[in-house]
Amino acid sequence: MKKILTLASVAGLCLIAQAAVADTPVLTVYTYDSFAADWGPGPQIKSGFEETCGCTVKFVTAGDGAALLSRLELEGAAGRADVAVGLDTSLIARARETGLFATSGVGESYDMPVAWDDPVFVPFDWGYFAFVANKGAPEVHSFKELAASNIKIVIEDPRSSTPGLGLLLWVKKAYGDGAAKIWADLADNIVTVTPGWDQAYGLFLNGEADAVLSYSTSPAYHLIAENDPSKVAWTFDEGQYMQIEVAARMAASKQPDLAQKFLAYLVSDKAQAVIPTTNWMYPVVMPKEGLPKGFEMPVAPDKALLMSPDEAAAARDGALEEWRTALSR
Amino acid sequence: MLRLEAVRIVQDDFALTADFTLPPAAVTAVLGPSGAGKSTLLGAIAGFVAPAAGRILWEGRDLTPLPPGARPVSILFQDNNLFPHLDIARNVALAITPAARPGPDVTDRVHAALAQLGLQGMEGRRPGALSGGQQSRAALARVLVAGRPVVLLDEPFAALGPALRAELLDLTRAQLLAAGCSVLMVTHDPADAARIADHAIVVAEGKVSPPAPTSALLADPPPALRAYLGQP
Amino acid sequence: MAHRAVALGPLRWTGTAAAVLVVALVLGTLAAVASRAGSGAALASADVAAVLFTLQQAAVSAVLSVALAVPVARALARRRFAGRRALVALMGAPFILPVIVAVFGLLAIFGRGGLLNAGLGALGLGPVSVYGFGGVVLANVFFNLPLATRLILQGWSAIPAERFRLAATLNAPVGRLLERPMLRDVLPGAALAIFLICLASFAVALILGGGPRATTVEVAIFQALRFDFDPAKAALLALVQVALCTVAAGLAGLVTVPAAFGPGLDRVPARWDGRGRGARLADGAAIALAAAFLLAPLAMVVAQGFVGLGQLPLQVWPAALRSLAVALSASVLAVGLALAMALRGGALVQVAGVLPLASSALVMGTGLFVLSHGWLDPGHIALPATALVNAAASLPFAFRALAPAVGRIEAAHGPLADTLGLTGWPRLRWLYLPRLRGELGFAAGLSAALSVGDLGVITLFAGPDSATLPLVMYRLMGSYRLQAAAGVALMLLAMALAVFWAFDRGGRGHAAA
Repeated sequence: MKKILTLASVAGLCLIAQAAVADTPVLTVYTYDSFAADWGPGPQIKSGFEETCGCTVKFVTAGDGAALLSRLELEGAAGRADVAVGLDTSLIARARETGLFATSGVGESYDMPVAWDDPVFVPFDWGYFAFVANKGAPEVHSFKELAASNIKIVIEDPRSSTPGLGLLLWVKKAYGDGAAKIWADLADNIVTVTPGWDQAYGLFLNGEADAVLSYSTSPAYHLIAENDPSKVAWTFDEGQYMQIEVAARMAASKQPDLAQKFLAYLVSDKAQAVIPTTNWMYPVVMPKEGLPKGFEMPVAPDKALLMSPDEAAAARDGALEEWRTALSR
Repeated sequence: MLRLEAVRIVQDDFALTADFTLPPAAVTAVLGPSGAGKSTLLGAIAGFVAPAAGRILWEGRDLTPLPPGARPVSILFQDNNLFPHLDIARNVALAITPAARPGPDVTDRVHAALAQLGLQGMEGRRPGALSGGQQSRAALARVLVAGRPVVLLDEPFAALGPALRAELLDLTRAQLLAAGCSVLMVTHDPADAARIADHAIVVAEGKVSPPAPTSALLADPPPALRAYLGQP
Repeated sequence: MAHRAVALGPLRWTGTAAAVLVVALVLGTLAAVASRAGSGAALASADVAAVLFTLQQAAVSAVLSVALAVPVARALARRRFAGRRALVALMGAPFILPVIVAVFGLLAIFGRGGLLNAGLGALGLGPVSVYGFGGVVLANVFFNLPLATRLILQGWSAIPAERFRLAATLNAPVGRLLERPMLRDVLPGAALAIFLICLASFAVALILGGGPRATTVEVAIFQALRFDFDPAKAALLALVQVALCTVAAGLAGLVTVPAAFGPGLDRVPARWDGRGRGARLADGAAIALAAAFLLAPLAMVVAQGFVGLGQLPLQVWPAALRSLAVALSASVLAVGLALAMALRGGALVQVAGVLPLASSALVMGTGLFVLSHGWLDPGHIALPATALVNAAASLPFAFRALAPAVGRIEAAHGPLADTLGLTGWPRLRWLYLPRLRGELGFAAGLSAALSVGDLGVITLFAGPDSATLPLVMYRLMGSYRLQAAAGVALMLLAMALAVFWAFDRGGRGHAAA
């Protein structure tokens, strides 16, 4: 019993020590787990920014982009965040409504297939959703071909994951009123629907499906980190739906200048060079040394699909109902 | 002096009335057929069964509102008279104090009582490591150390063989009377009653008869007892 | 039981306080969530469908778990063999495994790319799909078969050896005379217990559900909180879940819930029935099939984990220590609360003892977040909050292990303690604690093991530097690093089994008669 108490109090002490106040200003950055993980972009961006800012960057994490926004909303105006990193295009409409975010003050010209002029949300990376499969296996290049084939896929639930929501909007953007029909035709191809990306990808790697809804950059991870060239991302004739990840500073931040500097650093060449092989997404500003092998653009910019935040917010509920109905049969 | 005053015990469709005074500093046997309520009567005196009516008085003070531990009463059950997880010294000491480290006076009393009952050297043993007779002696030591003036015996030696039982009954009588206790003892065996009880009461047909000398009662049993004893 | 109130003295108030704390934790966090802005809209048709699906899968899983557990429990009850004790212990492992780990283990056997289909393919038979309603039920049976077996085995152990002797001398049918009445008493309660557990069914098991039809209330809660940010609706759904659980628990109060869920299943009474070849074959088959069903996925977890052990990132070690600290704190807390409640007894603790089963960890965590926000740094309370929620989650099991044992102790030794005037703390010190040692060890081990594998609410609070081992595993999974994650899963499995073994063993040591 004594030992247990000692252990618990040691754990407690560690936490207190860790929070001990430093004399330099602290910039509190809210982000999602894998951004701040040791193998994510967080540590390098933190040390890079700290070299110039005379401050300490402290990451506070939530599970994913949606959890991050929920946490910011829960904390409301009394929150401790200075900057939020890791919301995405499908969350922007909801985020804007909260009124928690301030104008960024960062104006950069971005290397993305779509123009970006949002005054509040600063993009820091982007990617295409894509089905990822093993090389050599039968391939398809449109939703219609996929629906007509015997290929088995795993997808994510649009009610609990951003890629799932991305796929929903992708089909809606590409097919409009025909989306329901596509979903009905796809139903027999779908092995299962997982709550999150990680479970879906795990199922695919364990051989539970021929393809998984992921990102066009997923094969690059296997190629670069594991020296495994066996994965391929399919391009679809309908176009490829985009995900743009954004950051913003909080209106309630007591260090608006520092927060603005951080956002500027995030889209600087130095930080952007870190993004590809840590977050496995495309940088929004092309680094001087270009992109690593495996990051070749899969489709021409005119094939990039994206709904504006307002368009996405308006389409979501109806599309969700179509999806649910089609797959519940 | 323990007095039961118009006590009425009701449990479901069973009822028992009792009105008597326990003979002081003596052993009184409780005789009667199975299921007549002998144990229930002891339970009421010990505080496990609340009477529906009447009072149980000790030296004129009403005991009925008191919990078992606050009554001037010790009881030996048919079994579970010792905690199996504690050694017998601790078992006996609990009759005096629940303190984790009892003072030397307590330890001395406990050891003396155990020695008095022939258990010296066994203080550190748990009940499981003792014979049935030794367990009974340890339980008796506990009753002696508790020093309460009324002792209830609910057939604590029933599981022992005849010779051992007789030996323990004699020992119990000698020790408890030497300590000045008033003893009430349930028994099935009229020979046990004749052996150590000065008085006897009969529990039968929902009533408790007043104490009478054991020899006289057994010589000329009332009808209820007669049937129980198998006499014509 | 007015009598027990006297005997407990001030301890009774501890029990009341513990029960109130548990109820407050479940309903208070729910209220805190509800207090946040939100539409508070009524349940949509999708939510009603989720409620129906939740009930349906829980009912089928409960009935199937119990039906399959009967032959297994009977075989274990009347057969002695080398390794029986180890098998009984190991068969409990699915229950304490992190859900996602167990699901991947199951898929390695039953999935499209699993061993079963590989075998069928070799025989020229078409693949069978595990996904769908059947998959959810399969996962639930996998998690709950050990529990059902334990509950029923306890019923068999409770039949006194003398009865078997009597039946043998009369040459009477043991099945009809002894076993059927026992099963009639035990089965409804066991089924209801498992029904309750499946009600708050692990959202992750829905991976096997195949699509949006397999949506439980928990998923709807997730959506309301994460994607719609509609706390009022999340709270409403959580309330529906609590109401379902309370009704089921009320039903459980009507039937006899099995007396015990505890240690001490090692004794096999001498039996004179079931000696025929058919009975022996049937028992052998039941034990072999159950062991294969439960242990094969575990073996796959171990096999896949070994590959990943070489890729473990450094932060698994501090994370393992944090997980251990959380598990030990949760265990002390759960057992302390359960003991206080079990000693008190009564209707209040019966309700408080099952309520956490129905609570959604997400709602509880969000509620704690709302309540603590503004005066406590979430980073500081990440580990305590996780320990608290984990403790609440394992409380029902600890309570079930302790409550019947308290009743037995009270029946056997209460009168002696009463005459000695042992009330309050001395009664706890000299009677309950030493007599409950085995149950306390079992409950503490179970709570600690459940906590080790439970993600709990750490994601809502933790910074990057206070991750627990399950969180590290999820983070690795979320970054393509599946092999390393499998290594962490193996660590989790080993740690859960180790803490369970250590506590359970500690409870048995010196357990004198």
